[in-house]
Amino acid sequence: MQQIINFLIRYKNTILFLFLFLLSIFFTIQTHSYHKSKFISSANFFTGGIYSWVNNLDMYFNLKEYNERLVDENKMLRENLAALKEVELDSVFTDTISYEEPYQFITAKVIANRYSKLDNFLLVNKGKLDSVATDYGVITSRGIVGIVDETSKNYARVISILNTNSAINVKLKRSDHFGTLTWNGKDPNIVQVEEIPRLAPVKKGDTIHTDGRSLIFPKGIPVGVVENFDLQSSQNYYEIDVRLFNDMTNIGYVYLIKNNNQEEIKNLDSNE
Amino acid sequence: MNKFLISNIARFVILVLLQVLILSNINFLGYINPYLYVFFILLLPLNLSQYKVIFFSFLIGLTIDTFEDSGGIHAAASVLIAYLRPSFLRFSFGISYEHQTVKFHQTPFAQRFSYISLLVFIHHLVLFSLEIFDVNFIVLLLKKTLFSSLFTILLILIVTGLFQQNKK
Repeated sequence: MQQIINFLIRYKNTILFLFLFLLSIFFTIQTHSYHKSKFISSANFFTGGIYSWVNNLDMYFNLKEYNERLVDENKMLRENLAALKEVELDSVFTDTISYEEPYQFITAKVIANRYSKLDNFLLVNKGKLDSVATDYGVITSRGIVGIVDETSKNYARVISILNTNSAINVKLKRSDHFGTLTWNGKDPNIVQVEEIPRLAPVKKGDTIHTDGRSLIFPKGIPVGVVENFDLQSSQNYYEIDVRLFNDMTNIGYVYLIKNNNQEEIKNLDSNE
Repeated sequence: MNKFLISNIARFVILVLLQVLILSNINFLGYINPYLYVFFILLLPLNLSQYKVIFFSFLIGLTIDTFEDSGGIHAAASVLIAYLRPSFLRFSFGISYEHQTVKFHQTPFAQRFSYISLLVFIHHLVLFSLEIFDVNFIVLLLKKTLFSSLFTILLILIVTGLFQQNKK
């Protein structure tokens, strides 16, 4: 017994070091798997509070650009509205009281944005109290940003599309061929689309947008345009580089999307 | 002892805030960031017992991790250099470290430089290996380690230079 205690006292530094080191490695491995990094997260009142405090100060420098974006978005929405009026509105009648809208939008502000690492996260200033939950889609008026990964009372952490673990269902606008949006970690303006079959007609400048099948994003949220593509003769799938519409280095305000039918569709799927 | 405590706590808070609010957002040439918070570990009092050094290093690493959503990479790298610190102190400052007579700001430049650069380099190597965690990105790992280390070392030397002038 005496010897064991002596041993522990003698090697207490090494034991403490090994314990803390393995603990850190455990946390690290957790972050490398999707939806598992629950222990260490910036979505808490302390780090979130500091980030939003600083963000309140430096928001003013970007106000001009955010205003321009808003005007652009209003213009686009007005054009859509004008086009709607051309169609006879009363030909299809929806009772909005008894039928819930399929998607709900919540506005939020990005208070911490990172894009220089391989696995990037964003922090936004809406959380459980604003009924934000995991797996909500995150977009701006220009295109997609990511998916909500974890929430605290007042903040939510978002897995950016600039994260090597993220995989989002997208399709070509011109045809219905779909693929998966991933990121190779190199350029924050360029993302990759995999698994588009060689039959698909891909051209430079084609628009890519989201596919409605993912339960997270509605159909037709813009992603980007084809910048470059490659088709090896031995491969069945294209390798496509896509230039994002969004400037991921300066995001500002975002919309969080809630899909009201998500539960129902998930239940149906699991019944198979 | 009280003065030690206050100055170390102040250094902790200032370096963490500086790191997460400014230095981590520099992204020079897309990916080069200095990690100045390592300076806290280098400057912990030399006569502080080893297990305290390891514990405080873990604490500052984990704080940075919480802010940056990076799991435990900063904590792991910090704990490792805290554990290796005595060996490098002995290597760099030699016999005067054994007698505990070293005052960090009064050491010769060459000794201080070797101490700073060795620990910073090891810290960054472990940090980026854990962050990237993928053999396909080995070139990116080496580039990040090299350039970020140079940036951090330069920054630490500038900061020590500034504080030295104040003391005179």
